[in-house]
Amino acid sequence: MNVRVREPRGPLLLSALIALIFQVVPLPEWLAIARPAFLVLVVLYWSIVAPRAGGLLFPFVCGLALDVFRGAVLGEHALALTIVAFLMMRFHLLIRAKPLFEQALIVFAALMLYEFVVWCIDGWTGHTLNSPLRWLHPVTGGLVWPVVFGVLSRTHRPR
Amino acid sequence: MTIFGSGRAVHSRVAATGPRFTFYVALAIVLMFLDQRGNWLEYARYALSAAAYPVQLAVNSPSAAWHWVRDNFVSRERLAAENAALREANKALELRALRIESLEAENAQLRELEAALPDLAERWLVAEVLAVELSTLRQRVVVNKGAADGVFKGQSVLARGGLMGQVMRVGPWSAEVILISDPEHAVPVQVARSGLRTIAVGQGNTGVMTLPYLPVNSDIKVDDLLVTSGLGGVFPAGYPVARVLDVGRDPGQPLAQVHAQPLAAIDRDREVMLVWFRAGHPAAPAVESTVLPSPEAAP
Repeated sequence: MNVRVREPRGPLLLSALIALIFQVVPLPEWLAIARPAFLVLVVLYWSIVAPRAGGLLFPFVCGLALDVFRGAVLGEHALALTIVAFLMMRFHLLIRAKPLFEQALIVFAALMLYEFVVWCIDGWTGHTLNSPLRWLHPVTGGLVWPVVFGVLSRTHRPR
Repeated sequence: MTIFGSGRAVHSRVAATGPRFTFYVALAIVLMFLDQRGNWLEYARYALSAAAYPVQLAVNSPSAAWHWVRDNFVSRERLAAENAALREANKALELRALRIESLEAENAQLRELEAALPDLAERWLVAEVLAVELSTLRQRVVVNKGAADGVFKGQSVLARGGLMGQVMRVGPWSAEVILISDPEHAVPVQVARSGLRTIAVGQGNTGVMTLPYLPVNSDIKVDDLLVTSGLGGVFPAGYPVARVLDVGRDPGQPLAQVHAQPLAAIDRDREVMLVWFRAGHPAAPAVESTVLPSPEAAP
């Protein structure tokens, strides 16, 4: 009776793995500073487009992976990603209806919130890093959002 | 049936419910607390870094393949030239080593010791730096040797030229090294010329460190060599760290602005040395005073 929507779990996991690799591939220093947080962008995408595919477990696990790779306090990025993804999921129907440009602005705001949470926890745990450059990746993240959206929306059937 | 079905469908569309969100947030906070306070997650971290290693290896593989290709298709002439250069360098080093032996004997005499001290470095292990980026604004690298090779937390890492950093986290087959240029890292150093002791702090930049705790009138000049002072219990004494780049003395400020350039080829070298120092040697890092676990205590 119940028409079950097939959740794109495969693309979700694969895109997360590829984004993680993109995030740790070494780049020249000036480029690395501007590198968007690909894994966060991927999590935001799936939170907006298919919030049921991964639920809140997906952002949490991705955040833990970031914690391990970044050598951060375990749970730091997990918390930040869970918060941001929760907001996106709550308003996913609203955000999904917006044109790409407005989505990019919302993503920028979400990335700023994410970085702010990480920055707070950095400070509380004694790993203060007050370089203004850490606030650069939300800007580039917002700029590449249309590309990320375009690429990821081709990995699954339109919903 | 339809009502039930649609009811379930509507309900299940909500992936992000308040209770679930609260659960994950609480879980993250508990994790952070345990990791930060108790070191109770030491083993979880150990396991997680093992899980991360394949991804790191995969990311490193293009660079490794490139180096393999370059190493395997070197021309005969270049190899011969390199060989000659190395032989030359070896001769020069041998010559210096001869001199060092006599100096060591003289030093022992001056110190009224029975015999010259044995080498400070007891054992070392060459590790390769993986081409993996950890976090952009911090200076950390992953090396391909871990607990399986006896690497321990707090171990000194040397590179060509001088001190490079220390092991911060150990996985089974890999270890995370914090470089001396990391903004969260500080090395107790000594000016080789004047014996002045201070602390060199990283700035998040491979080329520059600062010496923020020197009074304006301290005896330090441009080009002074900074060596490890052996205080602090992590690094042994006497290894070169950096060379003073510039000294700013502003009479209006109580402290001098001193910058130094790390001597180790931090951003160029793919190979680093993990060193075990002879316990009991006067220049070896003190084991008791250290906050870091001793080699035996490390997992």
